[in-house]
Amino acid sequence: MSPTIGMAAILVTAVATILVGIVGIRAARTTSDFYVASRTVTPFWNASAIGGEYLSAASFLGVAGLVLAYGADMLWFPVGYTAGYLVLLVLVAAPLRRSGAYTLPDFAEARLESLPARRTASVLVVTIGWLYLLPQFQAAGLTVRTVTGAPQWLGPVLVAVVVLVGVLSGGMRSITFVQAFQYWLKLTALALPAIFIVLVWQSQGTPTINQDGPPVFAADTSVEIATSVSVAVQEPLEVWAEGIVNGEPVDGALRLGPGSHTLTTGTEVTFPAGALIPHADSLTPLAGDDWLLPLRAASEHPLYSTYSLILALFFGTMGLPHVLVRFYTNPDGRAARRTTVAVLGLLGLFYLLPTIYGAIGRIYTPELLLTGRTDAVVLLLPGRLIDGMAGDALTALVTAGAFAAFLSTSSGLTISVAGVLSQDLIGRRVRNPVRAFRLSALLALVVPITLALSSPSLGIADVVGLAFAVAASSFCPLLVLGIWWRRLTDAGAIAGLVTGGGLSTLAVLGTILWSPQSGWWGPLLAQPAAWTMPLAFLAMVGVSLATPRRIAAGVTRTMIRLHTPESVDLNRGDWDPEDRWRSRT
Amino acid sequence: MDTALAVGIGLLIIAAGAALLTWFVRSRLVLGTTEDQATYRVLHMSSLATPALRAGLEAGAERAARHLRDLLGVPAIALTDGTTLLAWDGTGSDAHAHHAVSHARATVRDGSTGVLGPTPVACADPECLVRHAVTAALTTEDHVVGALTAYTGSRPSARLVRAVEEVARFVSGQLELAELDRSRAKLAEAEIRALRAQISPHFIYNSLGAIASYVRTDPEHARELLLDFADFTRYSFRRHGEFTTLAEELRSIERYLTLEQARFGGRLEVTLRVSPEVLPVAVPFLCLQPLVENAVRHGLERREGTGRITIVAEDAGNEASISIEDDGVGMEPERVLQNLVGESGDHVGLGNVDERLRSVFGDEHGLVVETAPGAGTRISLRVPKYAPGVHAS
Repeated sequence: MSPTIGMAAILVTAVATILVGIVGIRAARTTSDFYVASRTVTPFWNASAIGGEYLSAASFLGVAGLVLAYGADMLWFPVGYTAGYLVLLVLVAAPLRRSGAYTLPDFAEARLESLPARRTASVLVVTIGWLYLLPQFQAAGLTVRTVTGAPQWLGPVLVAVVVLVGVLSGGMRSITFVQAFQYWLKLTALALPAIFIVLVWQSQGTPTINQDGPPVFAADTSVEIATSVSVAVQEPLEVWAEGIVNGEPVDGALRLGPGSHTLTTGTEVTFPAGALIPHADSLTPLAGDDWLLPLRAASEHPLYSTYSLILALFFGTMGLPHVLVRFYTNPDGRAARRTTVAVLGLLGLFYLLPTIYGAIGRIYTPELLLTGRTDAVVLLLPGRLIDGMAGDALTALVTAGAFAAFLSTSSGLTISVAGVLSQDLIGRRVRNPVRAFRLSALLALVVPITLALSSPSLGIADVVGLAFAVAASSFCPLLVLGIWWRRLTDAGAIAGLVTGGGLSTLAVLGTILWSPQSGWWGPLLAQPAAWTMPLAFLAMVGVSLATPRRIAAGVTRTMIRLHTPESVDLNRGDWDPEDRWRSRT
Repeated sequence: MDTALAVGIGLLIIAAGAALLTWFVRSRLVLGTTEDQATYRVLHMSSLATPALRAGLEAGAERAARHLRDLLGVPAIALTDGTTLLAWDGTGSDAHAHHAVSHARATVRDGSTGVLGPTPVACADPECLVRHAVTAALTTEDHVVGALTAYTGSRPSARLVRAVEEVARFVSGQLELAELDRSRAKLAEAEIRALRAQISPHFIYNSLGAIASYVRTDPEHARELLLDFADFTRYSFRRHGEFTTLAEELRSIERYLTLEQARFGGRLEVTLRVSPEVLPVAVPFLCLQPLVENAVRHGLERREGTGRITIVAEDAGNEASISIEDDGVGMEPERVLQNLVGESGDHVGLGNVDERLRSVFGDEHGLVVETAPGAGTRISLRVPKYAPGVHAS
């Protein structure tokens, strides 16, 4: 596909997002609907909005890339992204809504009646938000690079600028119907090409996805290296190369012996049909039965890694800042539960699709294993299988969908992070609330974008998995114990948040900066949830039991409020202005 | 990797050094001489006791006692309200705590400061540090409400007696403030009750008149209006709960406006722009109703031709921003100011709404009124989506 069409798709999405944010809302709202009741958001629309904000780059691009390289084990990503809502439904959704909290720090304050607990939660919200924003920017860079060939930094900067303009000009609004529309856009952008891809695949006689033995090039294939990569060659290869290989300029036939070789940016390498595909050093792709069956990963301790991942994803969803604010829109706890059920359905539907891309991508885009950019499979596959205008159109659609995914998730996260920053951390210093929010929005974007531009390219879904791990190790214990255990104290909550959140953040930093490969350190740092989450629970319970005098004064009232359906008529407690004095020392 | 580690450790060392230096410089240069530091320490200790005392003597005695004892530097202190012991902090609580009320009896009776010797105070244990006592009265508005008793092992010096008196005076001051807080809250409660009863008689007979005019020509419409009227009054006379959701409040306003429209006929146009995200926000009960009523009565009744009221409730991040706008005759800004500070009362409840919003959400959440004679009026307010202790019920 020509870069112009790709760039056009991206720009149209960007401009449309900003315009819808500014103009569309105004137009949609001026119809004077007189009846307030008819304006309540139904669970279905609210669920669509949650889906629209939740389905990020990791879902849109990352899952397919992981399935392409590692196979069955990676299905836990889409399963976990969805199943998190099941846990949310059972344990958290309705009580959280009834608490009246808008953000996680609000919940901490409402339940524990403690400002230090609120501050701690704020710091963690910002940490998780930044970690979650980082892969969105990486993915934006990848998309722009893949589709248009522009330099890597352009994508992140573009997304950041669009988000900043949108957030600043459209004010701080989070519009349900716009986000709901985003879900259906993303679903269409992924489903429509997927249908064509499956049809083409079938028309070619459904070639087997999972060949025996390691993947080979089906035909003579020419690969242009977009970013310098070092690849591992298993057996000697006769290739034709033009550019720089292993630091030396070449132009013509070349023999690559077994071992590691460096291919520099701009080099074009042509592989003969039937040649074994060398893979990037950073990947250890699986083949044959290993790809098809679970727990066959080349890494050590696959069982631990899998369970840790499951824990992180199942219990991390409830701690994502941009998801919880959406629950506030539900009129009551019952609606919150219904919304969560609808989210489960919508996400289940969506996550069928990336797997199709990943699996079929093994046949038609094997060179991604060589470049290591498996995340690009969703973007490349439609153009690879369908020729001409139709292929271009489908690629443009996928590109637009991917870009919409970055934009909606990033703006949701930016608003959440900026809200917490301006309210709890910056608001004290900058008195003017509008200025504080603008400053916070800038700060919310600058940190992750700096990380995205400077950090080595990690797998998109991996980094998102780390954000989930931090959330599971900090906010999951806070919410679960806060809702279901009346003896939780503010000291216990802070201890747990610091232990779980701190350790998992350290593990994340360890993975990003150090990335150990051997022994237990690798899996322990890359998938920290299995040890940080129990530690956080232990710390919370232990310290709470040791400080029984610090149980919040109004805990009984709070618990009644959290667990009684709104339809039950009972005294939930009047506003007591002296409450503040009683509970805060 | 190694460089990263080295840089990290280097940064840590620099940060630690900087912190140490700051601490050192602050403690030496900023805090001044030992005398100054003693003053600061006393001020700090009394500030620690303040929040507990502001909850009232009964509720806060337990937590304030520790800080008061630090302040006096005595082995034990007791806080009583004349009939019961509220708090004992320090040694000897087993042997002496139940006598504390009797030690303070004389002081509570006449408000004088008393010094007690070993005869009524000391126990059999010769090591016990509770042998002498100084009691001083705690007063609010000249009533003795309790006593502060400090216990020492040796005969109390004149300085200690003076110190106990001063501390008792400080505690009394805080208790008076607590009393003020309480009466302010009571006043707010009384005001809201008054507001509830204050559905204007104009409105009632105007509405009933309008309904009556439809009874023959359009009985169905008249019936709907009567039901609206019934629902409106039921909501307004609701007994329990200081807060309600924005959805409920807006629904009541809808009914109100339907009734007003029946009276004004085609002369009143209403536009409601409400984003669904803010409907669950908890707002003080009847906080919008008076503003809309104000817009109708002072904005539209006195003007010729058709008037328009626009009510907007929008999402603004952590807050909901609400505005009520009319294109009526407007007001003199000075009069609005008088209304807001409560000096004149011809604008129904404007000052009351402002006061309640400020007391619940803080001073930055009061009403903002933009108006000028002949230019219409726009009243806007911002309500946080979450505020501690605020729940719609």
